[in-house]
Amino acid sequence: MTLGQAIADRFFRFALRGATALFVLIIAGLFIELVHGSWQAITTFGPKFLITSEWNPVTGKFGALPFIYGTVVSSAIAIIVASVVGILAAVFLAEFAPPVIARPVSFLIELLAAIPSVVFGLWGLFVLAPILASTVDPFLQRFFGFLPIFSGAIYGIGLLTAGLLLALMIVPTVAAISRDLIVAVPNELREASYALGATRWETVTRVVLPAARAGIIGACVLALGRALGETIAATMVIGNRPAISISLFAPSYTLSSVIANEFTEATSAIYLSSLLALGLILFVISIIVNGSARLLMWSMLQRTRAR
Amino acid sequence: MIAQSRLEPSRRAQGLIGVVLTGFCSALAAGLLIMLLGYVIVQGWGAINPAFLTQLPRPVGVSGGGVANGIVGSAIIIGLATLMAIPIGGLTGVYLAVYGRGLGAEFIRFLAEVLGGIPSIAVGLFAYTILVQPFSHFSGFSAAFAFTVLMLPLMVRTSEEAIRGVPIAIREGALALGLPDYGSIIHVVLPAARPLIVTGLLLAIARITGETAPLLFTAFGSQFWEVNPGNPMAELSLQIFTYAISPYDDWHRQAWGGALILILAVLVLNVGARIAISRRPRRS
Repeated sequence: MTLGQAIADRFFRFALRGATALFVLIIAGLFIELVHGSWQAITTFGPKFLITSEWNPVTGKFGALPFIYGTVVSSAIAIIVASVVGILAAVFLAEFAPPVIARPVSFLIELLAAIPSVVFGLWGLFVLAPILASTVDPFLQRFFGFLPIFSGAIYGIGLLTAGLLLALMIVPTVAAISRDLIVAVPNELREASYALGATRWETVTRVVLPAARAGIIGACVLALGRALGETIAATMVIGNRPAISISLFAPSYTLSSVIANEFTEATSAIYLSSLLALGLILFVISIIVNGSARLLMWSMLQRTRAR
Repeated sequence: MIAQSRLEPSRRAQGLIGVVLTGFCSALAAGLLIMLLGYVIVQGWGAINPAFLTQLPRPVGVSGGGVANGIVGSAIIIGLATLMAIPIGGLTGVYLAVYGRGLGAEFIRFLAEVLGGIPSIAVGLFAYTILVQPFSHFSGFSAAFAFTVLMLPLMVRTSEEAIRGVPIAIREGALALGLPDYGSIIHVVLPAARPLIVTGLLLAIARITGETAPLLFTAFGSQFWEVNPGNPMAELSLQIFTYAISPYDDWHRQAWGGALILILAVLVLNVGARIAISRRPRRS
């Protein structure tokens, strides 16, 4: 190796290390800045911040509970609906549908994942919310109105609308990953099950799905992470009212949408700091959720490799 | 067929219900997508005309006008973000693929995996605290920085996978011919991995195209022509959001027009990614 080459080699390695260090630095900076920015709120309110529901910029009293509630409930609706629809769709596409149907439908569902969230929000606000307000919500209230979650006035925008819109947004994640996992289940397992006399449906529900279970749960948790952090679409249809109400028809507020709506209007330092603290809560939740999703899928990969 | 005839009716019914149920769910997901796309196309097509594409927004209450500044703003912000994300994300991917052994590298990989799902609004807050607050000034550049952070995890993962996909024998061959380490990577491994890297890049760009949340307090939006990223800038998806939640019918119409442009852009990027991946050299 000539001297020039040796220098170039040094430089190349230096550039690689430098870029990697920069990447780690940016990620660390993100966390540090969020903690630093929310420090005033953390020291002023302490852990009480998480469990009080007053949100009053005038008196300077802030509590995150209504937003945590809105985020958790809307994401719970989303993940329940999306995992049922997504997993069943994945079963159909992987096991039952002939390729001539499975291929275009899979493509369409993957396309769904690429649509920007602001477009989902626009559609949710002008199409989904009116439909829910005029047909689905009254139907639910008429037949299940005795349940407190379906009581109260119907506005069209609210927790249920936000949850269903989020469900539509995360269905592709669940469906696409689950489909790949189901396809990856070794054929020997299916053949063994058929040989024992099981039908196709019994094979799917009792052999194939259990074999892919850890990965599918991982896919659902991953999708949950997306629903928790989704901002714009939720902001457009959830109604933006910082109140906790048991009815799913009532307007609510999520962690991310309160940041989106109020951040540029925050006038006092403690107000700004409280909003940053909400961002920190969101960040920590999403790290935990995404981390566990990755671990689940990783553990499944290890097991299939060990086989 | 003997087994078939012996099958109890209840088990057969169960299977039938299963197929119908799963088929219904697929149709539901695909059907809602077609409904959404169709609605955006119909509504958006009516809003798109030359003025919409070439003019500035008009003041509130004056109908007409367009989103030209938003389209240009999006292009500048996304372009800047891409320029920053390519070297950082690409080189980190190369580092992980070539030298990435041990616990440290495994940790960086895990970081990239987990941060792929980070809420974009949190990234926006980060960009605000380090690039807006110190200067007390919203800017297109801070938005580009937020987009860079959103692109990085995806870029790191895809470029590492792309380079790992190149058989080690190819690199060893280059080294055996006397090429230095960097030469084997730059001249031999990277060209072979290029189609997959391009795919990853296009998908990363598609991910930030239409991302709105971080822009609210970084780019901030503008009613005017602004091509200097040091100033607050208009951005298409931000305009769609503002128009959608406004009470004016004309702005709603323009929001649909913007949504159609956005969907077309994302579609082009995704199709481009598919084409790039199909250019991958076949392995024998």
